[in-house]
Amino acid sequence: MADVILQNITKTYNKGETRAVNDVSFAVEKGELFGLIGPDGAGKTSIFRILSTLLLADSGTAKVNGFDVVKDYRSIRNQVGYMPGKFSLYQDLTVEENLSFFATVFNSTIEENYGLIKDIYVQIEPFKTRRAGKLSGGMKQKLALCCALIHRPTVLFLDEPTTGVDAVSRKEFWEMLKRLKEQGITILVSTPYMDEATLCERIALIQNGSVISIGTPENIISHFPKKLLSAKSGQMSRLLTHIRQFPETASCFSFGDAHHVTFSENKNQMNELLVFLKTKNHHDVEIKEITPTIEDCFIDLMK
Amino acid sequence: MKQFIAFVKKEFYHVFRDRKTLLLLFGMPISQIVLFGFALTNEIKNSKIVVCDYANDVATRRIIDKMEVSANFEIERILMSHQQIEEVFREGKIKLVVVFPANFNNSLAHLNKAQVQIIADATDPNTAGTLTNYASSIILSYQAELQGLQKIPYQIEIDIRMIYNPELKGATNFVPGVMALVLFLISVLMTSVSIVREKENGTMEVLLVSPFKTILVVISKAVPYFFLSLINLAMILLLSVYLLNLPIKGSVLLLFAESSLLIITALSLGLLISNSTSSQRTAMIIALLGMMLPTILLSGFMFPIENMPLALQVISNIVPAKWYYIIVKSIMIKGLGFSAIWKETLILVGMALFLLVVSIKKFKVRLV
Repeated sequence: MADVILQNITKTYNKGETRAVNDVSFAVEKGELFGLIGPDGAGKTSIFRILSTLLLADSGTAKVNGFDVVKDYRSIRNQVGYMPGKFSLYQDLTVEENLSFFATVFNSTIEENYGLIKDIYVQIEPFKTRRAGKLSGGMKQKLALCCALIHRPTVLFLDEPTTGVDAVSRKEFWEMLKRLKEQGITILVSTPYMDEATLCERIALIQNGSVISIGTPENIISHFPKKLLSAKSGQMSRLLTHIRQFPETASCFSFGDAHHVTFSENKNQMNELLVFLKTKNHHDVEIKEITPTIEDCFIDLMK
Repeated sequence: MKQFIAFVKKEFYHVFRDRKTLLLLFGMPISQIVLFGFALTNEIKNSKIVVCDYANDVATRRIIDKMEVSANFEIERILMSHQQIEEVFREGKIKLVVVFPANFNNSLAHLNKAQVQIIADATDPNTAGTLTNYASSIILSYQAELQGLQKIPYQIEIDIRMIYNPELKGATNFVPGVMALVLFLISVLMTSVSIVREKENGTMEVLLVSPFKTILVVISKAVPYFFLSLINLAMILLLSVYLLNLPIKGSVLLLFAESSLLIITALSLGLLISNSTSSQRTAMIIALLGMMLPTILLSGFMFPIENMPLALQVISNIVPAKWYYIIVKSIMIKGLGFSAIWKETLILVGMALFLLVVSIKKFKVRLV
């Protein structure tokens, strides 16, 4: 049986005016690293809070480890590790005090589960007498992860653990998650960074409270319905305007150092586009077909 | 139990690492006591008083001269009736009137005995008490002067009348009042932000997703403040005994026990506020404004409850500080034992239990 199951979960705020989560269903298998991918305000945090028994859904059911999130919330709280999006440890307590406090709250000790957190803890151990509020962003997240792991949870909920963290620390963080997964811990993680999606085994793309696609990243990419081109030139902003003026263009978005283009007829109209661009005085345009990224899929699915 | 100790330890860390709050915690009672102490003991200078001298003889003139020399009084000599005196008091410009009856010196010379009346406006009991003391000591010094000269037991009887507040309530009773006020307010204020702070900082979010017991979390919040308040109490008592010379007539142990009861009541009330609000600011406002005024106005410390309208008298019964004020006065000033205050104690116990149970019940196991 899946470790985390959501069935038709809906959650509204302001007496039904704001719909944060809209009829969401998905399941996370035992030992899976599952990602919730979506922009800010997509409803990721609400889903996490419902699963970690902090919020009650308006309708639908959810189960964690086979326990109902409403009825058996005490059992769930015993078994899961939860790391909220906002740093939520005691800022005026030191690294060590935070860790041992949470260990004791879960009727455990640091020593008992040291093996699980060792890889992460050694990185923050030099600062163990420092107050948590004085740590850098990446260090804070590592400490929060340690505290969420200190009781050896079976399911780990991580709400945007890499937001506001530098690129190197982000990479390290995902490597840690992989190692935790190898220990058999089921991990549900959310992120607004599309490039992190491929680091998950399966993902759910979320937009405005609804799941718009679910599957392995490769699967979602392979279902991208069109050919995708990448266009580059010396005058990128003029290029964007003119590609969009090309009658057959379905979409054109700026993507880092290139523009990603799809055509409305699913044909390769690359040559026609090049001719069109020449009439607009673009002579150094470089166009090639590329494999779409999750972000391309997301933008396509959003429409 | 291990969990409870971990919670308590954590709360102590919070308290001791928040230096500013700690300063407030100990600074407030000390400054209050010292402030009130000096407000009470300070000399009163150049008070306007009226002398009604119906005798106008050698003796009265001598006494009035002595009063004029003293820096405490500015004297106006007018003859007026008792009705007029009362009018003058109502205007509030005059605090004290000294009345010498006709034939003052005559009766002193022939009967060895004379009477003088001092009437004071006791709406401000401290000032009234001090001024009557000044006036009577001047009169008595004249009496001593006479006796020293002639070895005859002259006696000037001083008839002191306090109007508006004849019992002089509050004059020496400010220490129990400050104790009730400070212990109660500090305890409410400190705990009122304790739980809501965790909600605001987000730490409650992590804490909730753990197998903690509500009662442990709630009670552990109160433990550090309970001990700090007892230290505060000890400081207040030391200051009042050694700085203000107000001895504790009854049992110190009983006083501490009853104070613990008030502190627990106040802490429970603070926890209730903390559990019912969603921001530290709201909690502070409720604790400060919502508790300060009723405690000051309705505890009987500043204003006598007997003189209040019936509705306020009824409301004053739910103010814990009122009962504590009665208890402390009984122990400290009257030196009474437990048998005299068991009723008030029982009321406080009831309040503490009620508030604690409600605040634990009010604890939200989920985010709003």
